Amino acid sequence: MSESVPGTPPEVFAPVEAPVSPPQALEEVEFVQLLTPEGERVEHPDYSFDLDDEAIKGFYRDMVLVRRIDSEATALQRQGELGLWASLLGQEAAQIGSGRALNDKDMVFPTYREHGVAWCQGVDPLRLLGLFRGVDQGGWDPKDNNFHLYTIVIGAQTLHATGYAMGQQRDHAIGDAENGEATIAYFGDGASSQGDVNEAFIWSSVFNAPVVFFCQNNQWAISEPIDRQTRIPLYQRAAGFGFPGVRVDGNDVLATYAVTQQAMKRAREGSGPTLIEAYTYRMGAHTTSDDPTKYRLNEDLEHWKLKDPIERVHAYLTRHAAVDHEFFDQIEAEADKIAAELRAGCLALPDPVLTDFFQNVYVEETPQLAEQRDQYAAYAASFEGEG
Amino acid sequence: MTKITLGKAINAGLRAAMEKDPKVVVMGEDIGKLGGVFRVTEGLQKDFGEDRVIDTPLAESGIIGTAVGLALRGYRPVCEIQFDGFVFPAYDQIISQVAKMHYRSAGRIKMPVVIRIPYGGGIGAVEHHSESPETLFAHVPGLKVVSCGDPVDAYWMIQQAILSDDPVVFFEPKRRYHEKAELDESVPPVQPLHQAKVVREGTDATLFCYGPMVKTCLQAAEAAAEDGRNLEVVDLRTIAPLDLATIFASVKKTRRALVVHEAPLSLGTGAEIAARVTEECFYHLEAPVLRVTGYDTPYPPSRMEDDYLPDLDRVLDGVDRVMEY
Ligand SMILES: Cc1ncc(C[n+]2csc(CCOP(=O)(O)OP(=O)(O)O)c2C)c(N)n1
Repeated sequence: MSESVPGTPPEVFAPVEAPVSPPQALEEVEFVQLLTPEGERVEHPDYSFDLDDEAIKGFYRDMVLVRRIDSEATALQRQGELGLWASLLGQEAAQIGSGRALNDKDMVFPTYREHGVAWCQGVDPLRLLGLFRGVDQGGWDPKDNNFHLYTIVIGAQTLHATGYAMGQQRDHAIGDAENGEATIAYFGDGASSQGDVNEAFIWSSVFNAPVVFFCQNNQWAISEPIDRQTRIPLYQRAAGFGFPGVRVDGNDVLATYAVTQQAMKRAREGSGPTLIEAYTYRMGAHTTSDDPTKYRLNEDLEHWKLKDPIERVHAYLTRHAAVDHEFFDQIEAEADKIAAELRAGCLALPDPVLTDFFQNVYVEETPQLAEQRDQYAAYAASFEGEG
Repeated sequence: MTKITLGKAINAGLRAAMEKDPKVVVMGEDIGKLGGVFRVTEGLQKDFGEDRVIDTPLAESGIIGTAVGLALRGYRPVCEIQFDGFVFPAYDQIISQVAKMHYRSAGRIKMPVVIRIPYGGGIGAVEHHSESPETLFAHVPGLKVVSCGDPVDAYWMIQQAILSDDPVVFFEPKRRYHEKAELDESVPPVQPLHQAKVVREGTDATLFCYGPMVKTCLQAAEAAAEDGRNLEVVDLRTIAPLDLATIFASVKKTRRALVVHEAPLSLGTGAEIAARVTEECFYHLEAPVLRVTGYDTPYPPSRMEDDYLPDLDRVLDGVDRVMEY
């Protein structure tokens, strides 16, 4: 707390002296971990990872490729090709682990940062760039890959996810843990403060909707640290709404996979919502417009680099799965290729034509809008032939 | 005298208001250490402390709803909404609570809340970051809605808004944050908050504008002068209430009017001005009141915003049309 200013009564906005659980204790709370930062497998009483090393190699590949897609997009922004980019750096395990735990029929409601989940759902990475380049506001059909449009207004999608899940329930698409359907909603720690998110918790709870809330607690909402959003670990909030909450090591792809899989099964079988808090860290800036040096300590970043989600899988694979360098080289080559394609694709994205933005305001165009479009077209045509 | 940007002028205005009145508190997302995403509140938390420059949780309804409570307790909250498109989670609190409290309490309660909203397009942002929702607020009785068009106005208007016992929605033209002007802090403003300003005298037609369009209209007037047209430019400054006296006086002088705003055409500020002018100045008019505005579409992706926004050419085209009659 800073010095109080003359004239301000000292009691005003005084900090709560003894919070239920002090913010500094947040990290010490237990979480589900199945692979340590050193790359050692560990057991957990409630969760286990039931896939083989081939699957882990697949997760490794996913994480390396999305990190590369992400860094290429950041570079494109720096070169003026994108207006903005929201990097997922550090959140690869949370996104790949949860994304790979989904079935074909499950539905995803992302924020603006779920490039890794988009990858798992098979969305062409190039399609993600349109919004950030300013040529469209979501260049994919959510139905093609069961991946809804990116949502910029913080928290709004959690209610959409809940309603969608209620639809799945109404359509009798649940009741079978393997073949049923469920929905997953992604959001950040900052979003947990929004009314919409809290309303989504209430609705999903009272209607027992098949929805999993996947909160990537990356510790920051732009410049605001997690203790500006909550005094208790976020997963504990679920109890107050009447459904289970679990905290998982968000940098552990095995654990995020196991925890998400179990929660999705629970939802599909008809047992209702779960809140997953993936405890992770935003290693990059919030977006390319942000300057974290204004508010974040460099030591924190150094500390979290030691927990890098990709490094620990690399360590596991080399030490315990006898994976040789050819495998890693091959993935690097694949990453290079994808990055080059993304870059070329980005530069080739056509600018929308002038009258485009009059389309799709309504399904049934209004006469007023048709008139405005025609007037605009005539006006624009009056410049043709001018230098 | 120093040259100062519009963003820094608001910062200086906030600072001055906070120094004068310890009841003024500033609140919003990322306004503390970061100084706001546009750095408008830069340095304030360092100098006034976390008690008075409050980084809030990420919840707009919470920001405005708690500001209501603080105001009830005698504070004068100045809330920052990070971007125009994010005000809507707070819309219920603004419309249902802030706007009506004075009325509901038969005048017993005052709501001296200022809601600062960076607004408008032209910065190449992604969706929800470039909207012009002023009419949505101006239509609501109980709210006052203003927008500043230059740094000097920005400095004084923010202080006047904070002094107002009525709630003020304060629209900041974000693409003008870096425009500079000379500011003399020792010369108090001539204009009260709810008065429009003739920023350029003219005789042939009046351009009515506010916020980001003031600069565009002044440029258009310069360009039109080369063609021998003498345009008057009125910076409305206040949208609710409209300063009708200044509007009518100008129309009676020039006999032709063009309203320019970024917000969509239909049912907007331009429509209101056209109706009022028609009612009051019918026999003075040489031409119908025309409008140059954004279109009735959601704000388009940024690669199309140059086409969406009224620019010099579109304003001049409007001038041609209004002069043709
Ligand atoms: C309703 C709303 N308010 C404000 C913003 C501006 N904003 C964009 S991202 C962000 C922080 C989000 O933090 P968090 O939910 O933790 O997600 P993260 O970006 O860290 O993944 C803010 C304040 C917004 N997009 N929507």
